[in-house]
Amino acid sequence: MKLSREEVQHIALLARLGLTETELERLREQLSNILENFQILQQVDTTDVPPTAQSIPLQNVTKDDKVAPSLPADDVLANAPQRDGEFFRVKAVLE
Amino acid sequence: MIGYQLTIHQAHNLLKTRQLSSLELTRACLERIRQVEPKVHALVTVTDELALRQAEKADRLIAQGDVHPLTGVPVVIKDNMCTKGVRTTCSSRMLANFVPPYEATVVEKLNERGAVIVGKANMDEFAMGSSTEHSAFFTTQNPWDLSRVPGGSSGGSAVAVAADEAIYALGSDTGGSIRQPAGFCSVTGLKPTYGRVSRYGLVAFASSLDQIGPLTKDVTDCAIVLNSIAGYDSRDSTSVPYPTPDYTQCLTTDIKGLRIGVPKEYFVAGMQAEVEQALRAAINKLEELGANVEFEVSLPHTPHALAVYYIIAPSEASANLARYDGVKYGFSYQDTDNMWEALEKTKQFGFGDEVKRRIMLGTYALSAGYYDAYYLKAQKVRTLIRREFDQAFEKYDAVVTPTSPTVPFKIGEKMEDPLQMYLSDVFTIPVNIAGLPAITIPAGFADGLPIGMQLIGKPFGEEAILRIAYAYEQATEWHKRKPEI
Repeated sequence: MKLSREEVQHIALLARLGLTETELERLREQLSNILENFQILQQVDTTDVPPTAQSIPLQNVTKDDKVAPSLPADDVLANAPQRDGEFFRVKAVLE
Repeated sequence: MIGYQLTIHQAHNLLKTRQLSSLELTRACLERIRQVEPKVHALVTVTDELALRQAEKADRLIAQGDVHPLTGVPVVIKDNMCTKGVRTTCSSRMLANFVPPYEATVVEKLNERGAVIVGKANMDEFAMGSSTEHSAFFTTQNPWDLSRVPGGSSGGSAVAVAADEAIYALGSDTGGSIRQPAGFCSVTGLKPTYGRVSRYGLVAFASSLDQIGPLTKDVTDCAIVLNSIAGYDSRDSTSVPYPTPDYTQCLTTDIKGLRIGVPKEYFVAGMQAEVEQALRAAINKLEELGANVEFEVSLPHTPHALAVYYIIAPSEASANLARYDGVKYGFSYQDTDNMWEALEKTKQFGFGDEVKRRIMLGTYALSAGYYDAYYLKAQKVRTLIRREFDQAFEKYDAVVTPTSPTVPFKIGEKMEDPLQMYLSDVFTIPVNIAGLPAITIPAGFADGLPIGMQLIGKPFGEEAILRIAYAYEQATEWHKRKPEI
């Protein structure tokens, strides 16, 4: 099973990951190879086996709705690539 | 013995009785870092100033009689745990300049006990890798042979301990990232049960698998560090509200009557002959010490674990790493006015090859049309793997396996073939899938290269594996060997 160029491009678009031509070709090879290896799972009979999402016996952990102090805005914004006063500055979403 | 060679418990005894000050010990470690770091490259950041400040504070605490086993003892933290005011890079271009505004819970806990942080350890980018070769900055060298990898992803942490740059280290383990490098560097490494240690402030890779744990010079130190970092944390809803025992209390050399299983699926083709010989010898030693060792254990889904892991971990990673959008923190591509282009280029230039590969793999496994065949299927086989372990632990107190199928491999050897690299985690991965605790301890050498033994325990059964590891360690000398750097 070999992935097509279009499939790799489609996955990259879903992930919003930019790739060069070389990267795209290499990933096509490598992912095809890895996915083929994963076919081993199809041999396992999983009829009536429930999926496991995590391994601990906890479910629906809730917290009290309590007001607590949060980090100062300056601390939160300190790593912002583009800052505008109290805001993160982003590129225009709507033209 | 020179200060930096001390274990935690040795250093503690000297600090407590004022035969050694934290400042002296810290300076010894910082000097050692200056000596060996140009050869091993274990640290992304050396935190001299912070360390000296913390050491002075520790000495004041000790003078007041306020001494915890970790007070004044130098530690290295893997660079994926947030340290307030100290850059935390995940060895990625994406976070090369990220300075966290808060502490990870484990770091907070160490600081409350007067710890001295001397550096942040190199790793595979975002903890994805088995050799540190996927660090965006540099590759860490194995102190036992500088032409070989130290293992990964916590390779910097393992080397910092093996090369005596610090007295102990913290690492994180998603598929073997504490145990495999600990085995490759001949140090002790523990992955606690999933939920035992808070993940708050640990940069997320695969949230259902990640767990923080200690890398130390012996088993006693491992128990001491676990005592300090284990426990419920309201900021991590997957940490469990169970009581935490004093793990040093279980360290006895008496393991008579303990039942240890050796699963046959872990002794298969592909394992290096010297590794198998060393493990057989270690297993004989456990029998000599009085354990009941049985070879009838079967974990038949072991050969499927690798595929399960490399579907589940990248799937979770692809969701977790979607946050690196160049808006709130981290690298940000600015050379465009187009939002989508900025997003795509931020990831393109911010992430390295292995991270991109896993994002792609995970996105594929979660995408429409493939979800059932890959992600859901992997989750179902995950159930079967856990059930197998549960059955084994009805009969056994622990399961023993090699940590890795080979001794440390050459730098560059597996970089062109991702699948070969993934295979180096084949013995450590099932533990994360099932959420179990496991410890790796030194169990021999082949031509001067370390071999590790892994002991796997039942959920929240850290005490049994620490006890067996301690008994073995006290009956052997492997952990006392030091590399010549």
